[in-house]
Amino acid sequence: MLSSKASSNCHGQDSLYFLGWQVYEKNPFHEVENPTGIIQMGLAENQLSFDLVESWLRKNPDVMGLKNKDGESVFRDLALFQDYHGMPAFKNELVEYMAKIRGNKVKFDPNNLVLAAGATSANETLIFCLADPGDAILLPTPSYAGFDRDLKWRTGVEIVPIHCSSSNGFRISMFALEEAYERAQKLNLKVKGVLITNPSNPLGTTMTKDELQSLITFAIDKDIHLISDEVFSGTVFDSPCFISIMEAAMDSNLKRNTDVLSRIHIVYSLSKDLGLPGFRVGMIYSNNQTVVSAATKMSSFGLVSSQTQYLLSYMLANKKFTSNYMKRNQKRLKKRKEMLVSGLKKSGINCLKSNAGLFCWVDMRHLLCSNTFEAETDLWKKILCEVGLNISPGSSFHCSQPGWFRVCFANMNQSTLQVALRRITNFVERSSFNYQQNMGSLSRKLISNWVRKLSSADREEQER
Amino acid sequence: MGLLSRRATCNTHGQDSSYFLGWQEYKKNPYNEVNNPNGIIQMGLAENQLCLDLLEPWLMKNPDALGLKRDGISIFKELALFQDYNGFPAFKRALVDFMGEIRGNKVSFDPNHVVLTAGATSANETLMFCLADQGDAFLLPTPYYPGFDRDLRWRTGVEIVPIHCTSSNGFKVTLPAIEQAYRQAQKRKLRVKGVLITNPSNPLGTTMARDELYLLINFIEDKQIHLISDEIYAGTVFTSPSFVSVMEVLKGRNLDQTQVWERVHIVYSLSKDLGLPGFRVGAIYSNDPVVVSAAIKMSSFGLVSSQTQYLLSAMLFDKKFTKEYMSENHKRLQKQQKDLVSGLEKAGIRCLDSNAGLFCWVDMRHLLKSNTFEAEMELWQKIVYHVKINISPGSSCHCIEPGWFRVCFANMLESTLKLAIQRLKSFVSSIAMKSQSHQELKSLRRKARNNWVSRLSLQSFYDREQDTTTEVSFSYRPHFMSLSNIAATLDAAA
Repeated sequence: MLSSKASSNCHGQDSLYFLGWQVYEKNPFHEVENPTGIIQMGLAENQLSFDLVESWLRKNPDVMGLKNKDGESVFRDLALFQDYHGMPAFKNELVEYMAKIRGNKVKFDPNNLVLAAGATSANETLIFCLADPGDAILLPTPSYAGFDRDLKWRTGVEIVPIHCSSSNGFRISMFALEEAYERAQKLNLKVKGVLITNPSNPLGTTMTKDELQSLITFAIDKDIHLISDEVFSGTVFDSPCFISIMEAAMDSNLKRNTDVLSRIHIVYSLSKDLGLPGFRVGMIYSNNQTVVSAATKMSSFGLVSSQTQYLLSYMLANKKFTSNYMKRNQKRLKKRKEMLVSGLKKSGINCLKSNAGLFCWVDMRHLLCSNTFEAETDLWKKILCEVGLNISPGSSFHCSQPGWFRVCFANMNQSTLQVALRRITNFVERSSFNYQQNMGSLSRKLISNWVRKLSSADREEQER
Repeated sequence: MGLLSRRATCNTHGQDSSYFLGWQEYKKNPYNEVNNPNGIIQMGLAENQLCLDLLEPWLMKNPDALGLKRDGISIFKELALFQDYNGFPAFKRALVDFMGEIRGNKVSFDPNHVVLTAGATSANETLMFCLADQGDAFLLPTPYYPGFDRDLRWRTGVEIVPIHCTSSNGFKVTLPAIEQAYRQAQKRKLRVKGVLITNPSNPLGTTMARDELYLLINFIEDKQIHLISDEIYAGTVFTSPSFVSVMEVLKGRNLDQTQVWERVHIVYSLSKDLGLPGFRVGAIYSNDPVVVSAAIKMSSFGLVSSQTQYLLSAMLFDKKFTKEYMSENHKRLQKQQKDLVSGLEKAGIRCLDSNAGLFCWVDMRHLLKSNTFEAEMELWQKIVYHVKINISPGSSCHCIEPGWFRVCFANMLESTLKLAIQRLKSFVSSIAMKSQSHQELKSLRRKARNNWVSRLSLQSFYDREQDTTTEVSFSYRPHFMSLSNIAATLDAAA
């Protein structure tokens, strides 16, 4: 009756990532009204710098009121503006902002920018442009849980994971890349590209120039595309500084290969650094004119509201505001991350060393009762239901090693984070006490068994 | 260089059609009363620009709506973070009330059955993804909105099989036409998943009668398929007969708790009646919870900006305003349509009788050189490039009869409409003059031929001598040929 897409679960929303949200929504923490509720640490949102944006809005009421610099209403023009090329003023500001985030080491052309209703739409549209149903995209794991829906569901494209492990800080090795490619071929899947998230979600780390250039070389060698989802590029709060795929591609060695730029595509959005996910502002950047042309037409299915384009073009045009915002936002993210990392450390929990993102990649392998995903799910359930924290288990990010969790820190205030850390401390203490008790009784059992054996051996000796 | 997808490199986006090419020509030379009075007048864009002046005062009286405040307090943060694909509850409530009002409150809608999308473009595509697989088909009455070729087919891989409607009955949908389309789909080995109608119709500007809707409901019941009713023009019905939604018909026949109830889905948008295409507000309404559930998840790919949801929830919540707006909107649409229809009539051009929409379906068959689509294209090119009016040829709407054009009237001032009508009148007169002189030439030649023939006959009757003189000066030299050949040659030279 319905399509296979509507009746399947390829939307991927039966994963624990989304189930945790549902449980949270039934009992959400509130400092005053529901202090024992579940604290949401599974949502990668930036709520730390709204005051900066709100202050700008208060100083610029005309922009919200859809008036221009001369105080005249532009409502009519905006109401009718549905050009899928996007508002030129907005795109001009976006490319400058994107360049700023990259330390102005790369320059972007607004004609190569395609607006989309969020990075969700941008990623799906890019896949529609680059791959046919049954083709495959290689994706390093662990990777954002939403990709199962965004890249595969309606496109019919397959994802083949590039397995990364803690042995080298989850970095993409050439070996893992080649292995994934071969696996795809064995499955008779035509690989059309590699998609990386840089800075990484869920790791919170940025890629080095070498890593990026190895990926580019791989893409050239296999004649495939390289998509760099850089939605978190504005959240790099510590060294090493962010290196965009574009910057890596500008390297003279690679530039010799003239079509290298036409196989590299960037996805960006204002949801993460500016903290505006509700406004649905995403984009694709590509030097490939066919991709830009096709993606622009496809953006009809998810245009950005002109009301929103207008507001944000003014905001980004204020260079003093954007510089100040970036600096202060990054400081706050760094401070909050350090608070989480040190708090967890006190409970004997380590995090992967990170310099970006709105979350930490947390190592709870030692809290598992066995090195299995069942044990990870058990631990996740305990933390959700007994401890009251919604964190995201590594399995929902297709991590190949059990015991890792993504824990978000930027979507709450300081006191809430402190509550969360206290709860974890208590939980860990309780667990280790139980563990000791359990271990204690086990040791006692072993000892008594041993003692019994020893005694019976003695008796035998005596009897002989 | 890695190959791109088939979707990126094919032209199923449909944007090589004359519908879009006309727009491109207009953009190169757009008419402006002051700056470019000889430019091309855009009559190929179905937008409602007649009532934006009513919205602006409302915005001034309600600054909190744009200022993202509630009772004077900023809720910017709440909205900036709001990305719930279930949509802003207040907005959905206000939207369903508005939809009910448009339908004379003869149906009421449940906000839990609404899925918000970035425009009807997104809504239609999403519904296709939910109801059909690649290679399946939907039946669509022709003529239909040219954008459907992209919206329903491009990325979904679904096929459109046309239900051909003709001027013989005012382009209404008939049972033989539907059945013929169904058989055609079967011949092409396509599994038909449903029928999609646009009601009120684009490009016809007519609303469907109850018996047409009964026909469709019976058909989908019989074949156990879906019915999508794209009702985006529901708020533009400016004169009788009043709008009858498919939901009203279902309720009236007590079909609201049956299986067919769950197979009827509505698409709506605020782009046409409220004239807000830039804000990207569309909606799917379905009684099938599985469809609603899947569509909601898919709406992640095209959510409505929370800034816009908040603004419009406040506007639609003001029932006094929406009532006044709709009443004034209908008045202005009716006037503008009347102006176009009567203006064209004076030029000897008739329109299909219409009661809705932002356009007229105009009969220019008599202006075609021949009853062919080539002739239609030729006429269209003349109108775009020489008369300087962008109108949409029927072929771009998949009409099977050449000579029909969609002409929009709601996206311009009265003065611009007058000018457009003037230009068309001049054009038609010039054709008429050319045609008249051709006719005169033709009749003169006929006279000459007849004279000559009678003379020949007379002479032959008397002594069969050839007469090489003629009374009309053209280069044809009569040879001794059969009469029919001569006549044919004369006609061809005309």
